[in-house]
Amino acid sequence: MSSVFAAGQRGPAITGIVIALFLVMFLVVPVAQVIFVAFQDPNTGALTIINFVDFFNTSLFQESFFNSFYVAAMSVIIATAIAVPLAYFTTRFNFGGAILIQTLGIVPLIMPPFVGAVAMALLFGDNGSVNLLLDEWFGFTVPFMTGLNGVIFVESIHYFPFILINLSAALNNIDRSMEESAQNLGSSGLRLFRRIVFPLAMPGYLAGAALVFIKVFDDLGTPLLLNVNNMLAPQAYLRISSIGISDPMGYVISVILVVFSLLALWVSLLAMRGKDYSTVQKGGGGLMRRDLREWEKVGCYAIVIFILILVLSPHLGLALLSFGTIWSYAVLPDAYTFAHYASVFGSATQYLTNTLLYAGLAALFDVMLGTAIAYIVWRTGLSGRKWLDYGATAALAVPGVVLGIGYLRTFNNFDVPFADTSLASWWVIIVIALTIRRLPYALRACVAAIQQVSPMLEEAAENLGATKSRSVWRIVVPLMSGGILAGFVTSFATASVELSATIMLVSTESDAPLAYGIYEFMQSAAGRGPGAALGVIAVVFVGVGTYLSHHIIERGRASREATAIVAEGAAV
Amino acid sequence: MTMSQTRSVGITIEDLNLSFDETHVLKGVNLTIEPGEFFSFLGPSGSGKSTLLRAIAGFGPTPSGRILIDGEEVAHLPPWHRNVGMVFQSYALWPHMTVRKNVAFGLEERKVPASEITSRVDTALEMMGLLNLADRRPSQLSGGQQQRIALARTIVVEPRVLLLDEPLSNLDANLRIQMRRELRELQQKLQLTTIFVTHDQEEANTTSDRMAVLDDGVIQQVGTPMELYDNPSNLFVATFLGTANVLRGKLVEGVGSARFVGENGCEIPLQTTVRGPRSIVFRPQNVALALKTSAMHDKTVQLTGTVNHVEFLGGIIRYGVAVGADTVLVDDKHRRGARVFAVGDSVELSLQRDQFTVLAE
Repeated sequence: MSSVFAAGQRGPAITGIVIALFLVMFLVVPVAQVIFVAFQDPNTGALTIINFVDFFNTSLFQESFFNSFYVAAMSVIIATAIAVPLAYFTTRFNFGGAILIQTLGIVPLIMPPFVGAVAMALLFGDNGSVNLLLDEWFGFTVPFMTGLNGVIFVESIHYFPFILINLSAALNNIDRSMEESAQNLGSSGLRLFRRIVFPLAMPGYLAGAALVFIKVFDDLGTPLLLNVNNMLAPQAYLRISSIGISDPMGYVISVILVVFSLLALWVSLLAMRGKDYSTVQKGGGGLMRRDLREWEKVGCYAIVIFILILVLSPHLGLALLSFGTIWSYAVLPDAYTFAHYASVFGSATQYLTNTLLYAGLAALFDVMLGTAIAYIVWRTGLSGRKWLDYGATAALAVPGVVLGIGYLRTFNNFDVPFADTSLASWWVIIVIALTIRRLPYALRACVAAIQQVSPMLEEAAENLGATKSRSVWRIVVPLMSGGILAGFVTSFATASVELSATIMLVSTESDAPLAYGIYEFMQSAAGRGPGAALGVIAVVFVGVGTYLSHHIIERGRASREATAIVAEGAAV
Repeated sequence: MTMSQTRSVGITIEDLNLSFDETHVLKGVNLTIEPGEFFSFLGPSGSGKSTLLRAIAGFGPTPSGRILIDGEEVAHLPPWHRNVGMVFQSYALWPHMTVRKNVAFGLEERKVPASEITSRVDTALEMMGLLNLADRRPSQLSGGQQQRIALARTIVVEPRVLLLDEPLSNLDANLRIQMRRELRELQQKLQLTTIFVTHDQEEANTTSDRMAVLDDGVIQQVGTPMELYDNPSNLFVATFLGTANVLRGKLVEGVGSARFVGENGCEIPLQTTVRGPRSIVFRPQNVALALKTSAMHDKTVQLTGTVNHVEFLGGIIRYGVAVGADTVLVDDKHRRGARVFAVGDSVELSLQRDQFTVLAE
């Protein structure tokens, strides 16, 4: 565009500036504030690295740092051990249980790890069902849930699908001709795997592994609920919530969390860059598959069913807990009751209504922002438009704890007119935090949607006399609606169980959402039943949401394929 | 319904320049299109023909220079204020609307009363023979039907000019021939000034009153299809339109007139006053082949060569004849039982002198 505001560019430009201001105020400034405070002498206000020196000289923090690193690394290893055989079975063999494995890839994701953590302790803890049985039958126990083991166990069961999905996609994207040409040139068996298949699948694996590492490294809820406090995210939370927002250690930990998030994102970018190996030709995709022999089939099913049981155990345990009366030092609860659900719906409905309100508003803002950013980035020539995309996506690198701390610090003295409270303790700040946290996902859904809409469809509308805004409203947005809806549902479902930022920002019980409620209930033995009932409700929320967004995306794909077939038929 | 009484308007383009970032795509385009004319932009891909069309519709980077429609400067207007109808290569039918909604869109945007919209949409669909498909979705239609809907959607708003961006390229061969006739008939009926962008010279030849051949962002030549074919003004036009033999060489003083001395060693006497380095161009079908003799003819030019390939194309046989270092293509009309030369035959090529075109290097 030769001029900054060519015809029809004024609206997008103003929208873009408003969005940029929003991102600066609620993402850039709070994070910058956190980093700034970490490098500030708490007494004099001068710039210093003394806080970092203190941090690394304190044995508790040294231990926390090591523990977080250890837990994240071990979780990646165990998640890999779970994911690799599953990915291998589906891509290498004509395995009848492929649908089972696909289910395995989704089931863990519909329950946030902290929700199942307490149930897992009851099933796998030192006095849990499994160890009671092991002790009775074989006379030994396994410390599945002792200390850091518990966090590793819960996190790897929850996050292995990230590796499974990425690795399976990478393997499926390898063109069969790659393998065939290697065989044609004399390579086979393990050599072929090592020299061709493994390098081609590596970027996908690394992307998944980096994601698992960072999710575990940043996770606050799981260690808190398992009462493991000597890790970085819990330490940051505890310092801020017990000592106060002027204590520099919380900020130092935040900086470390952000640095590691950036590192992990960078590693996965590096792994993917220039290695877009999706070379699939029509009809020729995927590696060669072979039929399983009888005993191999038995082995495969045994492994898959074992993993399935592991994966379902948090759900099972949570359900038992929510319906059980007393469950202590016993394989199963003593008796079953609906009382916990009754008490949740009787006394804890504000958690549900708050969650509906917060997650609903956040998801709505997310798709509005996502649609606007996607349009500005992909359909206008505005200078600097890419920065909106980068800015919104940068939220990926900001752990929830960090965002929470940043909001507390930045908006504590920021009074809201007519609300008689500071912005940091107003319920709206929770909505904003959720909006920022889920924006990257909604944005990707909207970008995918707008890329499916040919610019010519918009030009055709303009050619027939519709102004820019009319074309967007009547053509672009309706055609994006499938993707927008999917983005809304995903944002809603995941925002409704977000804990790490909200736990910092909930100022009164009456403002608390579902995830906070589960956390509160789970703190006491008596609250576990109602907490589990809330957890089951949360799982249903996310499960239904995931199913809906999947359904919407599939339906959109089906209708697009119908169009594509017609276009192909015409081109013959 | 006033569709058949639209007043025809002309288009004038003056010194149009346009760049995508650093790439200079249109370089000083000047062009006048007469009211009611069916005009084609013909050129290879990347020649700028689509960019020029889109600039007239108001899409793409803002060009410098002037675009006048009916004498009115439109270069500064946004697309929605230009009232030029455009049919896109992919038709750009909106998949979320029915055929009727698609066709009604432009009228709705023009705030035409609902009852009038219904009747005008019906008329437009009737004209295309697709009224029975009004409630379908675009994805349920064949390529040819989608093409007609795209046309109906454009002409229903009675645009001042009709712009067609390679509209036939997604159709199969038979349908393409049928649709180009229908396009021409429709254009004649509406007397609508039309610009047709294509890379297919047969499409341009059969539909257009006049056409412009574009290459590298520059208009190479403008004229009727036959003028351009018979009298190309440069080597690009000569070789882009149909098949042409090009012999490089120079024109020198000859006995009584000029003499062309080719780089391959041939000598051809020509009636022309130009001298210096030149190429001569002639069409394969204007060459006659015979076994080598020694007879000389006054009106014709004789070259000798050796057949080095033979291609049977059905209606004609195309020979490649080595004349010095050049290969001259010769098209010989095929009849049952007629003689066919074989590879290696020494042959004589004869051409009428008025079939040569002399062009600058």
